[in-house]
Amino acid sequence: MCRTARGSNIMSAEFYYGVEVFLNGLMAGVMYSLVALGFVLIFKASGIFNYAQGVMALFAALTLVGFQNGQIPFASLINAIFGTNLHSFGWHLPALLAILLAVLVMILFAILVERLVLKHLVNQEPIILFMATIGLAYFMEGFGDLMWGSEIKKLDIGIPQGGNGWVESHTAFLGGDDFYGFYLDSLDIVAAIVAVALVASLVLFSQYTKTGRALRAVADDHQAALSVGISLRTIWVIVWSIAGFVALVAGIMWGAKSGVQFSLSLIALKALPVLMLGGFTSIPGAIVGGLIIGVGEKMFEFLIGAPYLGGATENWFAYVLALLFLVFRPQGLFGEKIIERV
Amino acid sequence: MKLKLATLALSALMAAAPAMADLVYPSLSYRTGPYAAGGIPFADGYADYFTLLNERDGGIGGVKAKVIECETGYSTEKGVECYESTKGEGALVYQPLSTGITYQLIPKVTADGIPMHTMGYGRTSAANGKVFSNVFNYPANYWNGASLAINHLLDLNGGDIKGKKVALLYHNSAYGKEPIRTLQELAKKHGFELSLLAVDHPGQEQKSQWLQIRREKPDYVLMWGWGVMNQVAIQEAVNIHFPMENFIGIWWSGSENDVLPAGEAANGYKALTFHNVGHNFPVFDDIQKYVVDAGKAAGNGDQIGTVLYNRGLYAAMLAAEATRKAQELSGKAQITPADMRDGMEALEITEERMTELGMPNFGPSFKVSCANHGGPGTGAVQQWDATAKEWKLISDFGPSDMDVIQPLIDEDSMAYAKENNITPRDCN
Repeated sequence: MCRTARGSNIMSAEFYYGVEVFLNGLMAGVMYSLVALGFVLIFKASGIFNYAQGVMALFAALTLVGFQNGQIPFASLINAIFGTNLHSFGWHLPALLAILLAVLVMILFAILVERLVLKHLVNQEPIILFMATIGLAYFMEGFGDLMWGSEIKKLDIGIPQGGNGWVESHTAFLGGDDFYGFYLDSLDIVAAIVAVALVASLVLFSQYTKTGRALRAVADDHQAALSVGISLRTIWVIVWSIAGFVALVAGIMWGAKSGVQFSLSLIALKALPVLMLGGFTSIPGAIVGGLIIGVGEKMFEFLIGAPYLGGATENWFAYVLALLFLVFRPQGLFGEKIIERV
Repeated sequence: MKLKLATLALSALMAAAPAMADLVYPSLSYRTGPYAAGGIPFADGYADYFTLLNERDGGIGGVKAKVIECETGYSTEKGVECYESTKGEGALVYQPLSTGITYQLIPKVTADGIPMHTMGYGRTSAANGKVFSNVFNYPANYWNGASLAINHLLDLNGGDIKGKKVALLYHNSAYGKEPIRTLQELAKKHGFELSLLAVDHPGQEQKSQWLQIRREKPDYVLMWGWGVMNQVAIQEAVNIHFPMENFIGIWWSGSENDVLPAGEAANGYKALTFHNVGHNFPVFDDIQKYVVDAGKAAGNGDQIGTVLYNRGLYAAMLAAEATRKAQELSGKAQITPADMRDGMEALEITEERMTELGMPNFGPSFKVSCANHGGPGTGAVQQWDATAKEWKLISDFGPSDMDVIQPLIDEDSMAYAKENNITPRDCN
């Protein structure tokens, strides 16, 4: 405790900076959850661990920026074959229209995945399906490169970025002269709002619509769902479309920070500890798992990693945290416990 | 039957002939994967310069140059595979374009007698030619870079940075850790306070590091980043309102790719460079005429004049000039890798020659020697003009602090020699 020049008793600036790290951990957790959600949706409905989820986020973001900037798809290929010099249609689409078109492309992608890959692998072992998604990931990465080029693209759909001035100025009084107010990135705040809306929509969709109930039925028992006339193929298309939409949202939020580039596919790495912790089948698990990982890794870096271990502890500590949870709850925080009886 | 055998033998000879009749320059490039945005312009610049020499001059010394590209995806394992699969083609010099690949290739190129050029990257102490006979890292290395950054801070502060707080934001890898020792030595010499901030690969998440920077308010932030780490760092610096003119990257953190995603807010960001920027050099007119307009460019021609294209072009020019020197020393146009090594060790770049090549003031004048494979270690500072969307040189090419760097080079290279039972060459 200390006393400021303004005469009020307050906690030390260091304490408030700890709170700031905690809040930013929550925000980072939301960003991780956005990626994890896509994995959960597909695993829940089809038992497939979709290795391509990170590449789907990349491909969706590339498509969005491509449409927005009026980029001609496959321009380099066309130019190489026909000796032309095509690059752009010359338009700049409004963000909402570009998002809508990107969603349509992701739906088309879901249909193609079902028709060309999944349809042929019905009743195969999960490991076979997993390997199919590995192939899909590498194909999509190359296809995205061919379609939109590999240069880094600026993503600007009007989401504000940078420290939120209001939060900063209204909290600066808390910690005395050495405290500058809480730093919260406006982009992270928007991401949190979007994540809440997304989860609420998914919950409402699965609880109150006929298709949503069919999705849940397939998730519970494929055979039983088939026996009552639910089309597994249609459900797979719907689930992959929704996962494609979630990938687009994740691609937008992460791409706004770094530009849209091929390393965007690596954001999937941030989702793995979240899935280990939250379980592969729970939407709330993906959110809560994300928050725990986000806060855990940021607080560890702040309190122990940076001061005593030379920093850069977040990547491995997230997995340590997830492993600890796994030891005590192998099915994850909200995962379904599988009990097999003879 | 005899005719058939003779035809077969002739065919085999003809198939093998191009490799032996050309001057072969493998390009271990990465046009795919997370680092493709940086790999493509460099590979284009490297290939386009040799295409220019072939189209305009008929090659080097009358022999055509042949660039063999091998995709590494910036993966060390693939880089080594590329080396193994191309060295039999008569490879004259390797440019691995990756510090990880460089470390793996050092013993291999030495055993195979092929020179390797790691310009501005790789193992810094390879500048000691007495120990690293086949590795060259002229005209500058990471430790020169660290010193050049501090020299710039000294210039900004009238020669006194005592008590200033300098943070190094670095990629948590062998590459990112390279400048730490030099900066620590420089901190002792100049009295500034150095703090180290590690960023894990790939660097997409840097919130903790930038919150720490916001808390501790360093006067300057230096960055040793690559790929997505650069773009995220610049955006985060913008987000916390860190003064961009006090944020200085190494030359691998200073391309158009790094600043464009942050838009106007990246204005004023600085980076080091060991070669000039822009496309106002006569050589680019020739590139346009003989390479791009002729439809022979490695890319689509839109990278000309960008930082990494220029770097690839500069690397190719240095390789071509070393080839000329090797031809001169050996007295033959079709040189071997051993001749090329000798040519690189005797390379002399003068401003007069750079002007002849259409590249006046594009890079420093320097002379390589048996003992010094690192060149002059000079460099300049470039600054991003977001409105014009171009880098501008804001300083002259100046020297680095060799009083600090040379003992470190000697110490590290001698330790390597001891570990690997290498007897240093007598260069006297």
